[in-house]
Amino acid sequence: MRTRFGDRILHWYTWLIILWLSSPIVVMIMFGFNDKKSKSNTSWQGFTLKWYQQLFAIDGLTEALINSVIIAVVSTILATTLGTLLGLAVGRYRFRGKGVTNFLIFAAISTPELVMGASLLSLFVSANAPRGHITIIIAHTLFSLAFVVVTVRARVVVLDPSLEEAARDLGAGTWDTFRLVTLPSIMPGVAAGAMLAFALSIDDYVVTSFVNGSELTFPLWIIGSVKVGIPAQVNVMGTLIFALGALVAVANSVSARRRAAR
Amino acid sequence: MKRWAPYWLALPGWMWLGIFLVVPIVAMASVSLQTGNLLDGFVQTFSVSNYTDAIGKYSTQLVRSLVYGGVATVIMLLLGYPVAYWIAFKAGSRKSMYLFLLLLPFFVSFVLRTISWGFLLADDGILFGTLKGWGLLPENFHVLATTVAVIGGLVYNFLPFMILPIYVALERVDPRVIEAAYDLYASRFDAFRRVVLPLSLPGVFAGVLMTFVPATADPVNAAVLGGTGNTMIGNIIQTEYLVNSNYPTASALSFTLMAVLLVGIFIYARALGTENVLEAAAR
Repeated sequence: MRTRFGDRILHWYTWLIILWLSSPIVVMIMFGFNDKKSKSNTSWQGFTLKWYQQLFAIDGLTEALINSVIIAVVSTILATTLGTLLGLAVGRYRFRGKGVTNFLIFAAISTPELVMGASLLSLFVSANAPRGHITIIIAHTLFSLAFVVVTVRARVVVLDPSLEEAARDLGAGTWDTFRLVTLPSIMPGVAAGAMLAFALSIDDYVVTSFVNGSELTFPLWIIGSVKVGIPAQVNVMGTLIFALGALVAVANSVSARRRAAR
Repeated sequence: MKRWAPYWLALPGWMWLGIFLVVPIVAMASVSLQTGNLLDGFVQTFSVSNYTDAIGKYSTQLVRSLVYGGVATVIMLLLGYPVAYWIAFKAGSRKSMYLFLLLLPFFVSFVLRTISWGFLLADDGILFGTLKGWGLLPENFHVLATTVAVIGGLVYNFLPFMILPIYVALERVDPRVIEAAYDLYASRFDAFRRVVLPLSLPGVFAGVLMTFVPATADPVNAAVLGGTGNTMIGNIIQTEYLVNSNYPTASALSFTLMAVLLVGIFIYARALGTENVLEAAAR
């Protein structure tokens, strides 16, 4: 059957949007290979690999990237733990305060980042708390937490309670039931939540810009260097993070498909 | 023991959300009603003058942010709906590939993506520089540091958040419902307008929610792509807090922004039920 003309136009249009969304990525990757002479990195001046060889040559940038990774790992662990427990609570039980809890989760997701950052700064200023690693981790855990709750809850509500009953009938205690039955069945939700938390944390600029004190993360360092010219190492790091993220996502979907096929 | 299980599970999360979400917002409310300065300290005076002063002083930026956010959201809806529609109904077995391609840019940091977009729009950049070299554009042509660049950046950055919820809603539409419409002699246009479109509205609501709020409050696009005439409320709040240390004014502005945005959200949430909105947001 011949495809309808309108459908074909929509098909091209979809590709056009995809190309548009990807074009800055192509530019970023390309200019990581640009043999630029001046501070600005907007015109093509020949191919080089020197930025890859000198990847860690800029101390501040390397340090900012390490900060970002540490903060992302710690806040992901915290948010995943707290979010999974809270997700279990709201997904499985009816209890007093469930409505308030759902409202809090909703508020945490829908509060504009700017307001979240500003209000946390108000708290830290009022409490005279020094800003740095710890305040950034607190903030990142806060905005990731609610997303973990939502992904975990989505798994918990479709969980068959008779599985856990069966485990208990077979003599498993509360902890063993959780470890051997509940946790493995909600694991896809937990893993998705953790990945989301990591991605949100490593990418965050707005909230971090309020609570960082003098500590710089990768996005903050980049914004700080916009005015003076962004070194090509930023492009290279962006390219490597992009490649790693895309690889993990592809591997994840391939293994999910294998599991589904089995 | 069992009766208390949900409370023990929820306790750590409650504490985190309570201490770091609820308390700060209360703290901000209190700061916004203080007067004073950084040197002499701030005193709680419960004076609303911060609000009237801040809104009076920055009404231009507040209105500009709402206009930029609103225009960007409408453009995203118009650009995004056909993409969501085509992927949901016509992409067949390739659906997940197209979704993956749409999400690909998210593997690059938001800040870096915006800057790369700025590279592309630069006056002497590979796009306009080349076109100018060929004589296709006048030498003084520029996009960077204009309203177009900022709104374009907002659309570019948040478009996938519009497409995904609409896609989810369309994906759930039972094809038999559409066939039924055709059986009842609906034209293609009527079937779309009276069957598909209403069924996709929850997705549209969620998409608008997920794009309008961050786009309006975003300081990055205006800072990277805009000029001095494109400052948005997010930039003002950042400057008042971090550069001027004018906490009362900044808090009052943040509250005003949040009030304006949240009033809209809660009307949506009331209409759809909080859990539905959250579910739509999570997918």
